[in-house]
Amino acid sequence: MNKRSLGARLAAAPYMVWSVLFVVAPLIMVGYYAITDSTGAFTVANFAQLGTYSDIFIRSIWFSLIATLICLVIAYPIAYTIAMRRERSQRVLVMLVMLPMWMNFLLRTYSWMAILEDTGVINTLIGYFGIKPFHMINTPGAVILGMVYNFLPYMILPIYSVLAKLERSMIEAAQDLGAGRFQVLTKIILPHSMPGIASGLTMVFVPSVSTFYISQKLGGGKFDLIGDTIERQFQTSYNYHLGAAISFVLMILILVCISVLNKFTVDDEGGLLI
Amino acid sequence: MKTTIRIYTALVFIFLYLPIAVMVLYSFNSINSTGVFGGFSLRWYRELFRDTETLTALRNTLILAVISSLVATVIGTAAAVGIDKMRKRWVKSVTLAVTNIPMVNPEIVTGVSMMLLFVFGARLVNASGVLGFWTILIAHITFNLPYVILSVLPKLRQIDPHLQEAAQDLGCPPLKSFFLAVFPTILPGVLTGAVMAFTLSLDDFVISYFTSGPEFQTLPIRIFAMTKKRVTPDIYALSTMLFAAILILLIAINVLQARSEKQQSKKKY
Amino acid sequence: MTGTESCIISLRGVTKYYNGEAVLRGINLDIHDKEFITLLGPSGCGKTTTLRIIGGFVTPDEGDVYFNGRRVNDVPPYKRPVNTVFQKYALFPHLNVYDNIAFGPRLRKVPESEISRRVKEMLELVNLRGFERRSVNSLSGGQQQRVAIARALINDPKVLLLDEPLGALDLKLRKDMQVELKNIQQQMSITFIYVTHDQEEALSMSDTVVVMDTGEIQQIGTPEEIYNEPDNAFVADFIGESNILDGTMVSDFDVVIFGRHFECLDKGFEKNEAVDVVVRPEDIDIVSVEEGMLSGVVTNVTFKGLHYEIIIDIEGFKWMVQTTDFWPVAAVVGIKIDPDAIHIMKKSKYSGAFGDYSSFSEELDKLSELEAQPEQPPVEEEIID
Repeated sequence: MNKRSLGARLAAAPYMVWSVLFVVAPLIMVGYYAITDSTGAFTVANFAQLGTYSDIFIRSIWFSLIATLICLVIAYPIAYTIAMRRERSQRVLVMLVMLPMWMNFLLRTYSWMAILEDTGVINTLIGYFGIKPFHMINTPGAVILGMVYNFLPYMILPIYSVLAKLERSMIEAAQDLGAGRFQVLTKIILPHSMPGIASGLTMVFVPSVSTFYISQKLGGGKFDLIGDTIERQFQTSYNYHLGAAISFVLMILILVCISVLNKFTVDDEGGLLI
Repeated sequence: MKTTIRIYTALVFIFLYLPIAVMVLYSFNSINSTGVFGGFSLRWYRELFRDTETLTALRNTLILAVISSLVATVIGTAAAVGIDKMRKRWVKSVTLAVTNIPMVNPEIVTGVSMMLLFVFGARLVNASGVLGFWTILIAHITFNLPYVILSVLPKLRQIDPHLQEAAQDLGCPPLKSFFLAVFPTILPGVLTGAVMAFTLSLDDFVISYFTSGPEFQTLPIRIFAMTKKRVTPDIYALSTMLFAAILILLIAINVLQARSEKQQSKKKY
Repeated sequence: MTGTESCIISLRGVTKYYNGEAVLRGINLDIHDKEFITLLGPSGCGKTTTLRIIGGFVTPDEGDVYFNGRRVNDVPPYKRPVNTVFQKYALFPHLNVYDNIAFGPRLRKVPESEISRRVKEMLELVNLRGFERRSVNSLSGGQQQRVAIARALINDPKVLLLDEPLGALDLKLRKDMQVELKNIQQQMSITFIYVTHDQEEALSMSDTVVVMDTGEIQQIGTPEEIYNEPDNAFVADFIGESNILDGTMVSDFDVVIFGRHFECLDKGFEKNEAVDVVVRPEDIDIVSVEEGMLSGVVTNVTFKGLHYEIIIDIEGFKWMVQTTDFWPVAAVVGIKIDPDAIHIMKKSKYSGAFGDYSSFSEELDKLSELEAQPEQPPVEEEIID
């Protein structure tokens, strides 16, 4: 070992201390609160109670799955179109995809409320044409729309970045070897974009399944999700122990999802995909 | 085929920008409505500047974003240098795995886990009402750090491993050689990380929501409180202004980038 | 320790371990003033580690390093009177050519007017007049190489360390730079310590060649000594082509190969000592069977431009012969070897490792060379000026 590089390696020490204190310790806290009651005694009651929340878990997962799939269907052609443009317009288009994310997400969601309301933008507009108003707000569809809207860029960007790296000569080589348009898509482009798709799926599914604001605003509080339940335990009913237990299960759920999807993403660079 | 793609792309972008357009439109509404447009007026912009609570929240947000991104940039850059030099494989992979936690964990879990830590810590020392500026600052630094590290690390991997040695060879002591030879080379990565941290901090709601107290409100928390009731269009006015500011900033960055790239390519030939 | 004082750099018993494995074992080396010395060997032989120990980037685990008789083991690199030209140059990408070269003098607080004069001088020396304001990223590999040399030489080092400096250049440019480096060394009259795996480079530039393998020095000598009188089979095989045969030294000047007596110029071996016998391919004459000392069948002929490379099977041993005469495959020929073409070596751990040319093929040779140097693929070079 060269002692001169010791100083350089010590440079990571403050960060490592910080991580232990504020990343690892909080997670231990979640586990600790989940298995204790308010007196600090060990209990499994918090987990036992979770059974009553099973329909909320199922609804959260169901809504998020639908939203994630819709995102994939919408995002893939867009990502592909952007990736096939010239470099300059690629940059502009990517910027346009990212730009809405810079706007506060609460406000964007709130704005959808204004659009979808019974007396909102859409119903006012179609009213001019004599069409009777639709009821759109406070439906499962509205909640899923909110998820799709807020997290769509997280699907477009990773797929775009793998497609942008796709060598055109690879497509040409496939064509040269006799592959038709459809075969090029299924045999070359799709397999190549799997890491991007996998990373997009996690990046949409994770925030969808854990959101609480979207369901409150666009679902009118009628469709509680996991996030709503956790938020309530911490901000209104002050049952930290139950909240910790739910968070713990949510964490495990997401860990499982990620490890399944990780089989597709072999990104050993450890870099960000966007 | 081409037109289908064009129409499709246009539709997706309309979808992405519709709520923002609605927001901008109604920020100029003359009446207090987010459904009916009564006519053009700057009324809500004027009201915004009278709303001291929102302005305080804006100020708080900026202070928090500046401090948290600066601290995260310093600690994170040092950390990246250290991680890059780590020889033991398992130490490196454990460190990188921990770095990934705040990025893959749902924000709400990160938020409540830190809240639990602070509450637990406060109970140990018999303090109450710990949630405030310091806790939210710690939370923001924590979720900023991974982004700084992951934007500096690739730059460190790209540079010539002998750069620092070259400086020492020419008579430079070790620490100085880092700042003279290595730091200028990774500076773009450091700046990217800092900007990313700044904007993340500016925009964060979920984690702030769980780690802040009543006496230190940030803008997203203020907006959340406002949207609990029916909002008045002055908050639309604020977000329109923020959006315009970000738009101008992004365009400026892009123009500068394009210009420096042009110069680079000119130098080459 | 005689000689330590008269040498500019001495290594005594230098040993270095990485992860418990010795990469250098007991290196003893004396480097004289104004000498062009080359550390030559395959990758992993310890040549770069030796250079880095001299530069101060690696501290030896055992043994000592002396500069002018003073022990410098614990002197950090920035306090050593040597400068290095790094493998991939390690130019500072954020500085232009001028600022890169001025880096050292500025640290020593040399007045700016003096620096400007010296930088100009250095740019003249390396043939880069007028390149002051160019960005180093816009330079070709060869030009970056020159900047790296100028950046090191401006500090008036007593010794310049060069770590495979030509490794990334293409063949033509490499040849030109070899000549130029030699000129610069003579012009500045300082010591060059040069690391390479290219034996041709080593032979053509050096005053002294140090052949290394598996962390040990195999032989130190002038290029002629190394080529003509290799100490063991490794050196004989690594430097140029050789036919290495088993022989027996029956008495002084008399060696037996294939049961036949050959006259040679070597003596001082024990009676009937088993030895390795080296015969260089260019020292063998192909003659008729009657005239030949040994005879065999031609199995392969390759045209090489200057000569033919002919493989002859003699009693199962495949000899390589380089000659200007053409002989067809399947021809039965004799070979003739003069006494001064035979070189006798003591048996070593390398005996038998390098045999005949029975598995010889151009491709195989090239492949193994590539394998040995994975970290530096040759870079396409375009000369801009």
